[in-house]
Amino acid sequence: MAHEHKLEIFRGLVKFKSNTSKIWGVLIFLTIVTAVEVVLGIYKPEMFMHTWISPFEGGFFATLGNIILSPFVYMKPLNLIFIVLTVVKAYYIAWDFMHLRDETGSFRKMIVWTGVFLICYLIFILLQEGGYVFSVYNGEDALIKRDF
Amino acid sequence: MNSTVATGTEEKTWGGGNQPLKASYGKMMMWFFIVSDALTFSGFLAAYGFSRFKFINEWPIADEVFTHVPFLHGQELPMIYVAFMTFILIMSSVTMVLAVDAGHHMNKAKVTIYMFLTIIGGAIFVGSQAWEWATFIQGDYGAVQTKGGNILQFGEKVTVDGVAKFKRISIDDIAIAQAGERAAHERKNGLWFVEESTLPPYSVNEIYTGLAANDNILVRTQLLDENGHKTILSREESLKQIKENGKLVVKGANLHVNEYGTTLFADFFFFITGFHGFHVLSGVVINIIIFFNVILGTYERRGSYEMVEKVGLYWHFVDLVWVFVFTFFYLV
Repeated sequence: MAHEHKLEIFRGLVKFKSNTSKIWGVLIFLTIVTAVEVVLGIYKPEMFMHTWISPFEGGFFATLGNIILSPFVYMKPLNLIFIVLTVVKAYYIAWDFMHLRDETGSFRKMIVWTGVFLICYLIFILLQEGGYVFSVYNGEDALIKRDF
Repeated sequence: MNSTVATGTEEKTWGGGNQPLKASYGKMMMWFFIVSDALTFSGFLAAYGFSRFKFINEWPIADEVFTHVPFLHGQELPMIYVAFMTFILIMSSVTMVLAVDAGHHMNKAKVTIYMFLTIIGGAIFVGSQAWEWATFIQGDYGAVQTKGGNILQFGEKVTVDGVAKFKRISIDDIAIAQAGERAAHERKNGLWFVEESTLPPYSVNEIYTGLAANDNILVRTQLLDENGHKTILSREESLKQIKENGKLVVKGANLHVNEYGTTLFADFFFFITGFHGFHVLSGVVINIIIFFNVILGTYERRGSYEMVEKVGLYWHFVDLVWVFVFTFFYLV
């Protein structure tokens, strides 16, 4: 049984000679990403602590814009960086450690897109609902008192 | 013997040994399991997100909760130990993938060594998680829970290197013992058919007396201000809150109370890291089984080390989940 490995990462920017050296290369990359996360998490640079865009005011298109740009409008840039770096790490674990890079294209898509679609849906529903419950608890006409 | 009419094409498609998408049956089923398990974990994490959004202005700050490192007692080092755990797990993922690679080359000695290292890495991780749990349950400074279920913590304002800080003070240093506090009910000194769980270390009255006697101590609520810091009450407010609303002294965390803030935080911590830790534990057990099979030469005789590859997929998945747990529990 032949085991062909694709030895290029970063879209061909780095090409390894053997599968073993590719594994060590990916380890170094993942370690650097984790180190960056930890350093950012400990020092929390001031520039990443407040959103760069404030929510749009106005009619329908402002609301639509807020929904589409919600990661930038409502999320602290630091948290956005953490989530992006996490997805990057997950990509390299799945593609190189779990050998998804070497699988048939349709097999890979079947696995990845099923999960990505369902998880995005789940996250959307639950976070939307959580925000709504918050507004019910803390709105000006809230009937619930919790600080006593 | 067989009544079905087999044409040449049917033989090829349905006769067995066919590999759709060029993946073997076992490997494909492992992937299907991983996808469904990933949905379970994302259900947990999305539920965590729900609760966090629900209590977005009072959720505990992870940096203040997970500050301990073994053997470095009394130092506040947020995230260091979890980062170490993450590195251990990624490292054991690497040895696993090296074992798979050695298996492709039918190199029994190398597979054995790398499988062994993977098991060691997994064991270190599970041990670290047990330590994290113990530290979390044990608690740090203690707090007082109000009638509404909110947490009030204690501390004083100090200036370290020119920077104003809120230094936490343990309830052990605040409480002043009072006469006439009730003793825990035991079978031998009360009704033999009634049991009572352990009482909190101090009563609210003892904490209040200590608070009134020390002018420097202030109370901090779990509400976050616009900069993400917890609100510190004035001296009068502090005394008033404890006197009027204090109900229970809390040390550590369990499924009912949590000295770090919202009880849901502790619940999700136990469920998510527990569920993940159980996956790591079962992964270690499966790895041990495969390790012995490798030593006995099972896969050498079978002519293929694909089984190592399949458990490898599971092991990497555990690592993959931890990457997300790390982000959403400790970083964000």
